[in-house]
Amino acid sequence: MHASEDQILIRDAAESFLGDVSSSAAVRAAMARPEGHDPAVWARIRSELGWCGLAIPEAFGGLGLGAPELVLLLEQAGRHLLCAPFVSTVCLAANLLQQVADESAQARLLPLIADGSLQATAAMPATPDWASTAASLRAMRTASGWQLDGEIARIPDAGTAGLLLVLARVDGAAQPALFALAPSATGLVLEELQTWDATRRFHRATFTAVALPPDARIDAPARSADALKRAAALAQLYLAAEALGCAQQCLDLTVAYVATRQQFGRPVGAFQAVKHRCAEMMIRIESARSGVVGAAQLAATAADTTSLAMDCAMARVLTLDTQFFCAQEAIQLHGGVGFTWEYDPQLYFKRAQAGSHWFGTADALRADISEALLS
Amino acid sequence: MTEARPALPEDELFRAEIVAWLDAHLCGDYEAVRHRGGPGDEDADPVLRRRWEQELARGGWTCVGWPKAEGGRGLSIAQQVIFHEEYARAGGPGRMGHIGETLLGPSLIAWGTPEQKARFLPGIRAGTEFWCQGYSEPNAGSDLANVQTRCWQEADGSWRVQGQKIWTSLAHESDWIFVVARCVPGSKGSKGLAFLLLPLRQPDISIRPIRQMAGGNEFNEVFFDGAVAEAGHIVGAPGEGWKIAMGLLEFERGLSTLGQQMHFLHEFELVLDAMRRSGRTHDAQLRQRVAQAWCGLRAMRYNALRVLADRADAGLRREALIYKHYWSNWHRELGKLAMDVLGPEADVVSDDPLIRRLQQLFFFSRADTIYAGTNEIQLNLIAERGLGLPREPRPAAA
Repeated sequence: MHASEDQILIRDAAESFLGDVSSSAAVRAAMARPEGHDPAVWARIRSELGWCGLAIPEAFGGLGLGAPELVLLLEQAGRHLLCAPFVSTVCLAANLLQQVADESAQARLLPLIADGSLQATAAMPATPDWASTAASLRAMRTASGWQLDGEIARIPDAGTAGLLLVLARVDGAAQPALFALAPSATGLVLEELQTWDATRRFHRATFTAVALPPDARIDAPARSADALKRAAALAQLYLAAEALGCAQQCLDLTVAYVATRQQFGRPVGAFQAVKHRCAEMMIRIESARSGVVGAAQLAATAADTTSLAMDCAMARVLTLDTQFFCAQEAIQLHGGVGFTWEYDPQLYFKRAQAGSHWFGTADALRADISEALLS
Repeated sequence: MTEARPALPEDELFRAEIVAWLDAHLCGDYEAVRHRGGPGDEDADPVLRRRWEQELARGGWTCVGWPKAEGGRGLSIAQQVIFHEEYARAGGPGRMGHIGETLLGPSLIAWGTPEQKARFLPGIRAGTEFWCQGYSEPNAGSDLANVQTRCWQEADGSWRVQGQKIWTSLAHESDWIFVVARCVPGSKGSKGLAFLLLPLRQPDISIRPIRQMAGGNEFNEVFFDGAVAEAGHIVGAPGEGWKIAMGLLEFERGLSTLGQQMHFLHEFELVLDAMRRSGRTHDAQLRQRVAQAWCGLRAMRYNALRVLADRADAGLRREALIYKHYWSNWHRELGKLAMDVLGPEADVVSDDPLIRRLQQLFFFSRADTIYAGTNEIQLNLIAERGLGLPREPRPAAA
């Protein structure tokens, strides 16, 4: 449970880089751009920093590190509200490829993600189960390959991605199939959603007789049930780490504010009513951080999928609740300015609400955990 | 559950050793005190649990973290963690000797004279002398430095103690008490205190049990009316009592927390048992709370592993700072969940072992957020030490 020197280096480098390129002003500028991020920053992340290959095996051109390192990066990304297709490329697409795709697709696509040349994305489910996104998308075999019809409600960063990964149901099959396709595929319409949280872009995808070649289906069917669960668990862990960073920044912003804002002749942070609320935020953040670090350590072992899924759900439950609590407290403890556009708490508050249903709500995750405990 | 814990081969051998020993010894008569004792259940057969302490001592399983030179087992931190985990997993009885072993013993090892070590450490190690802690007073609770109990030295060098201590756990089952008392008349706060060791069985000490809300009596008031401590039974110099007392509390943290969590896991499983027994396993609200409790349990476990990963500056680390508030509030919530799982059955005084345990948990856990630093004191400490917010006003020490 102790950060190694390499891990500390990774975290510190991310903190310093993002402090520069993802300041409040930079985030606001990125939000206003049509693509929702600064392409120059995203290019540096991909090429100069090599973050996309961090958790990809060396055999596929990555650094071969894993969840314990990736969560450190993601925490900093959350803390600085990084606007970039990093989560969609690494935590959704690369993760799905690593867990679910067959070897030839892995060998074809993972090196492109690792070296930064491919930006990819995948469907974001609104339940803890990734397979749920296949309910509204049907794949049929055709003479020339596959045809996809239906829709995917939310795909992050689809407008700028070079590759989309979607799960679709196949008649007669118990497990959904994984397809890789270009966003420019004929019959695919991407419609950008205008979201209150402008730090992450989402598209709705409508598929009308989208014809794909046979090798567009890339899952390894023999292991897809367990593998898909594992991929979803890891995605939850990664989102948990990002949410943890958001919560931490809400606390840091708040402590800095209440330590300087004077009322009744002293800093408002000297009043117990305020101090105790800040302390409450820290308790939730540190306990959630322990959950994230612990689950990430477990992910680095050969833990069985059920244990891993439970720990990742735990990390997500704790960080989801903590993230919203801290965003709400940040607004309250900033007083009037906490409600303004100019101050940052609103950005974290919007992100907290937007993220509250990615891979399922905390309530849905708790329902899954209780099922595992009581069955 | 799979654990993310790299284990060395010698650690696994050690684990097998303690598991085998407990399996061979925690049986027969001792079955009656498995999973019994500890905070909230200290009334559980103290006589048998004292015998158990001596059984443990014969196996060399008391004071496992003390240095070998002081009669301990000199275990590494990793092995101490294993010991506490396996002890709790096996349902090892709540330790009657824990105050001597984990609080006074380490303090004597750090600050005691050779004579004090020779006199007191063997009795602690053998499970033949039991200790209690005399800090709190009616007007020194959260404001612990406001000690009013006085002490003075007689011509023969012995010390006399006059005053009252309160909330003294297990005083009625103990042989000795360590107290902080004011040795400089008129001094205030943390200055002018002495740290003294007194035998409880003397005419000038009287012990009055405090009946708790659930009916048990683990706490006491202890009255000192010119009670005697031998000349050599002061730890540190007169005036250094606060330093010794606070240093001792540092020892209280850390290693045993993983054992505590095994105990919590056991209680959590009792709540699941009760839920199955009461037929409420399909209640969606209860299921949400059960899952939330489990998440907290996992977070506590990983939090403790974070604390143990680097003990060098444990007192200042954020995860160490939040721990007391977190576990005590988690435990209190578990008590309430247990009652709601039982439903109307929870209101009936019961001899059923499961229900009785859960009722004790419910009532006693209300004390968890009060003793050893109330929630409110914990929040002050976290805000001040963890977040650097302005300190509460404190009276200037005279």
